[in-house]
Amino acid sequence: MTATPYVVLSAIIFTIGCVGVLTRRNAIVVFMCVELMLNASNLALVAFARQHGNLDGQIAAFFVMVVAAAEVVVGLAIIMTIFRTRRSASVDDASLLKY
Amino acid sequence: MYSQITAWHDAAVNIPVVDPSPTSGVLSLAWLVIALPLAGAVILLLGGRYADKWGHLLGTALPIGSFVVSLLMFVSLLGRDANDRQVTQHLWQWFDVGRLHVGFDLLYDPLSALFLLLITGVGSLIHVYSIGYMEHDPRRRRFFGYLNLFVAAMLLLVLSENYLGLFLGWEGVGLASYLLIGFWQHKPSAAAAAKKAFVINRVGDIGMSLAIALMFVTFGTTSFTGVSHLAAGASDNTLNALGLLLLLAACGKSAQVPLQSWLLDAMEGPTPVSALIHAATMVTAGVYLIVRSNFIFELAPKAQTVVVIVAVVTLLWGAIIGCAKDDIKKALAGSTMSQIGYMMLGAGLGVGGYAFAIFHLLTHGFFKANMFLGAGSVMHGMNDEVDMRRYGAVRHAMPITFLTFAMGYLAIIGFPGFSGFWSKDKIIEVALADNWVVGLFALLGAGITGFYMTRLMLMTFFTEKRWKEDVHPHESPAVMTVPLIVLAALSVLGGVMLAGNWIQDFLAPVTGVAPHENPPLPAIVVTLLAVLVVAVGVATAWFLVGKREVSVTAPQDVSFATTAARNDLYGDAINDALVVRPGKSLIRTLLSIDRYGVDGVTTGGPIALGALAGQLRRVQNGFVRSYALSLLGGVLLVVLALLVVNVG
Repeated sequence: MTATPYVVLSAIIFTIGCVGVLTRRNAIVVFMCVELMLNASNLALVAFARQHGNLDGQIAAFFVMVVAAAEVVVGLAIIMTIFRTRRSASVDDASLLKY
Repeated sequence: MYSQITAWHDAAVNIPVVDPSPTSGVLSLAWLVIALPLAGAVILLLGGRYADKWGHLLGTALPIGSFVVSLLMFVSLLGRDANDRQVTQHLWQWFDVGRLHVGFDLLYDPLSALFLLLITGVGSLIHVYSIGYMEHDPRRRRFFGYLNLFVAAMLLLVLSENYLGLFLGWEGVGLASYLLIGFWQHKPSAAAAAKKAFVINRVGDIGMSLAIALMFVTFGTTSFTGVSHLAAGASDNTLNALGLLLLLAACGKSAQVPLQSWLLDAMEGPTPVSALIHAATMVTAGVYLIVRSNFIFELAPKAQTVVVIVAVVTLLWGAIIGCAKDDIKKALAGSTMSQIGYMMLGAGLGVGGYAFAIFHLLTHGFFKANMFLGAGSVMHGMNDEVDMRRYGAVRHAMPITFLTFAMGYLAIIGFPGFSGFWSKDKIIEVALADNWVVGLFALLGAGITGFYMTRLMLMTFFTEKRWKEDVHPHESPAVMTVPLIVLAALSVLGGVMLAGNWIQDFLAPVTGVAPHENPPLPAIVVTLLAVLVVAVGVATAWFLVGKREVSVTAPQDVSFATTAARNDLYGDAINDALVVRPGKSLIRTLLSIDRYGVDGVTTGGPIALGALAGQLRRVQNGFVRSYALSLLGGVLLVVLALLVVNVG
């Protein structure tokens, strides 16, 4: 079995996520794009695991999912708090922490 | 230790060496002479206000105690054989470093003996006088503490057996004079005068410390015993250098040209301090140094010549300044400078003059202390007025002060029979025998002395009243007049020391015996000449000051000479032009080199880094997305690098 299509798909999804993080202002969308990138890497891990015939990549994919879940909890909580105080979910509005 | 060298040394030139025996009997008390006033200084200065009530009494009693001990020692010394009058006392080993072994040793010989009597005797009288003079000063205890310190330092200076101990006393005298000249430190002029005296004395100290270093290098010792034995073995250049360095030191302490300018400003101190500085301590130290170092100067004729030149310049310089000053203390200060010039002249003339330099130093100590304290008494009665143009006819109000001052006056101008007559006459005589030009200058100086002292006397005690309003002069209390009377008696009778050549014989173990020469002029002719010159000076003063009306303000349309003398012969201007201004511009140059050169190099890097950081700071703009972009950029770079490494 060849992993090429899966890796290409993974690259496409990762790129979409990347561009989304860089271009979108809404924190929720940025967040979703981060998830896209994580899932793209998961896909690549699983595809290569399948190709090499061992479980290392699949176990790594599970770790990524656990970390992603934990990150979603913290991230959404932060976004909620910011929205409550600023009435805005735009990442560009929260730019006070600077030089 | 030095006997071998002595053998051929004695054969070469006849210079007495210091060869003391250990102390015994009363002479073992030498340390006590220093310890008493030193203890006084410690107690008074550390005692705080607990000592306020009795501080001045203790501070006076201790120098008197020193005087008693000095007197006992002097009597004991007289009882000894003339060849056995040098004793030394080893107190403790001061330090041993490498081949330097310096003991804290005292040397008591005829020279120290006379100085001890002068310092403690006149010093004690000044202490007694100060009880009255400083009565209303809230810091009187401190004043007495400083006075005691001054006396103790001066005693150490004349009692030490080596140049290093002498230097310790020398510096102590410098410190005490600084503290006392600036005693009324609330006056900016007093603070400045104290600083000036201190700084100019430091210049002289450079000479002293270099001389000591040169002695260590050349002789490996600084003890008088060692140096006097080894001096003949040193090269001429070394000896001349030593002589000149010691002369520089003496110039600083004794206010000789070119380091003379501090002395006139030093009048800012309380009057007893001026008396102490001018009569018993401080300015006599330079003369002591030269006479004490006779074993060097006798072998350094060039240095001796320079001493004579400095002395002649100073004795005229001081006398000319004295002629134009209206401030009674400054006129007296000019006179001190001039009289110290006479002493230096005596000391510079070699074996024939040493004894007379010391003789004049002693008589000057009496009459100058007398006149300074007298001037203080007049000021005390005149609401601290120092301008002689505001005096006049004080003799009726203050008869005791007037009479005692008159004794000092007659002594200083050299009125026949008074102490100054004998001592100054002898120096002029020796000077004329040595070199007639020097002798004539010394004679001229005597004439000018007659002029300015008569002027001072007339303006203060005679002529008509020119007092300010609500000035009511009154005679000073007995505590002040008794010292004046004692000093006046000494001023009159000081000449007895010369009777039967006593002082020359007494000092002979230190200064050597002058070879008997036939003077070019008989002594009686010199004496008559001197008296004649002085009479001319006195008469001039009588016609210029006594016969005319003295204006209450100094006239401005005066000759250039008078203006110059009023400005201390531009001593300060010369110092400014030669030292202060070049020094300042040097410092300014160094400062700008430091600021723009050294600082530029050391702070330039950090400044550039700071500017760069200021620009880089802007990258932290607070936008999460731009951070994400830089993150991405970083990742791409890493990936690219990996590709280059792995594929390329």
